[in-house]
Amino acid sequence: MDKIISKLLFLAATSSTAILALIALFIFKEGVPIMAKSGLAHFLFGNEWRPLQGMFGIFPFIVGSLWITAGALILGVPLGVCCAVYLAEFSPKKWANILKPAIELLAGIPSVVYGFMGVMWLAPIIRTHLGGPGLSILAASCVLAIMILPTIVGVSIDAINAVPKSYKEGSLALGATEWQTVWRVILPAARSGILAGVILGMGRAVGETMAVIMISGNATIIPNNMLDSVRTLTANIAIEMGYAIGDHRQALFATGVVLFFFIMGLNMIALKFSRRKF
Amino acid sequence: MKKIEIKNLNVSFDGFHALRNVSFDIPRNEILSIIGPANSGKSTILFCINRMIERIPNVKVEGDILLDDRNIHTIKDVEELRRRIGIVYATPIPLPMTIKENILFGPKLKKRLTAAKAGELVENSLKAAVLWDEVKERLDSSALRLSGGQQQRLCIARTLAVKPEVIMFDEPCSGLDPISTAKVEEAMKELKKDHTIVLVTNNTKQAARVGDRTAFLLMGELIEIDSTDKIFTAPSKQKTEEYVTGKFG
Repeated sequence: MDKIISKLLFLAATSSTAILALIALFIFKEGVPIMAKSGLAHFLFGNEWRPLQGMFGIFPFIVGSLWITAGALILGVPLGVCCAVYLAEFSPKKWANILKPAIELLAGIPSVVYGFMGVMWLAPIIRTHLGGPGLSILAASCVLAIMILPTIVGVSIDAINAVPKSYKEGSLALGATEWQTVWRVILPAARSGILAGVILGMGRAVGETMAVIMISGNATIIPNNMLDSVRTLTANIAIEMGYAIGDHRQALFATGVVLFFFIMGLNMIALKFSRRKF
Repeated sequence: MKKIEIKNLNVSFDGFHALRNVSFDIPRNEILSIIGPANSGKSTILFCINRMIERIPNVKVEGDILLDDRNIHTIKDVEELRRRIGIVYATPIPLPMTIKENILFGPKLKKRLTAAKAGELVENSLKAAVLWDEVKERLDSSALRLSGGQQQRLCIARTLAVKPEVIMFDEPCSGLDPISTAKVEEAMKELKKDHTIVLVTNNTKQAARVGDRTAFLLMGELIEIDSTDKIFTAPSKQKTEEYVTGKFG
């Protein structure tokens, strides 16, 4: 009996990895030939994306994805971590019991609704007050920052709560204030968990498609500043997949390959930083 | 000369009366042991003295505690009080930092230290806690890699680095082997010269070994407080005698 169960569990464990492997294989099979055909450097660093003329340079989308993700993290991480610190360490219990579910609710809002709000409300504000087309890196970063909040807050709260209470008692007994304790003991101890939350949030920001298509403007150019329109890697696939054939279709798969490495690279960097010192 | 004076201390948690009308003095430069069975309120006294008890919800504290004739509640901020009255807990809990950082954590909260001052402070604190010789080669390695007994002495050193006037030990040897225990006790006797020491312990033998005076607590009431010799050889209350001779507890 035990043997059968362990076999079944083994099957379950390997099948999920196998699915990943199959997806990767398929994307690579479809995407790699076109990368070879137009030259890897050309594909990655070319500035011109003109599928009808056979020019497939995705550099503007890479830059677009980087800008929007970085913007979302710059806005979202401090807000999320501060929120988590308050909820885990300072807020009265009954406040935490209201605020935490409320933040989790943010994750339940469909991304199209975020995008719609961005288009209807945020983009006009940016256009009127800061200039530019409104549908921009800034707008997309703001919206994504809100979208990644629940992830960052949730994971960070768990990380902070996982810090042994004895650290806090020890620190307070040495004459530290609550804030000194949080800043010098609890946050460093919870660092790897908080970074895990940031990685997850980053993954969501890079991978988000619908909201980004709606509010980033989708211009296939390299942006000069936060107010320019950009297109991300994800948006590129989603926008053009309906009518792409032949090389064009393959180029979209190749975009997927780049996205694949993009997220893997980001994860690896973040993991490296999150390694515990102790 | 009394250092700490406790007057009519009453504590209740959610209706449970943890301490009833406890009053006693803690004189300067001696070790006062507080003994008694579990749940008799020994640790609660310590938490009242450094006001850590205020962090517990639904607790009611009545009565006065004076430090150098001054009510501890009139001391400007509670952090100041906790720097003057250090505590070493039952389970050694070094902070997740290096040995050196653990020692300097407390002092650095208050002011910046020059490298020379910091080094001197680390050395002196570790020497006073009888740990220097064992760790002097690896001050920059993680404190969490020390053995249990070393961790506990590091906690003592860390408390000393803040230069407290009073040090409270809350069952400091409950998880330690006899050799580590002996080292901690040695450190305590040494510290008595410059500090007032309160030792809460489950181990009556330890109280007999190191305490100048001993207080016996039972069910939240102070049964007897007297010189250690008297408590262990000729106590005036029957309950005390039964406890120190091991009839219950």
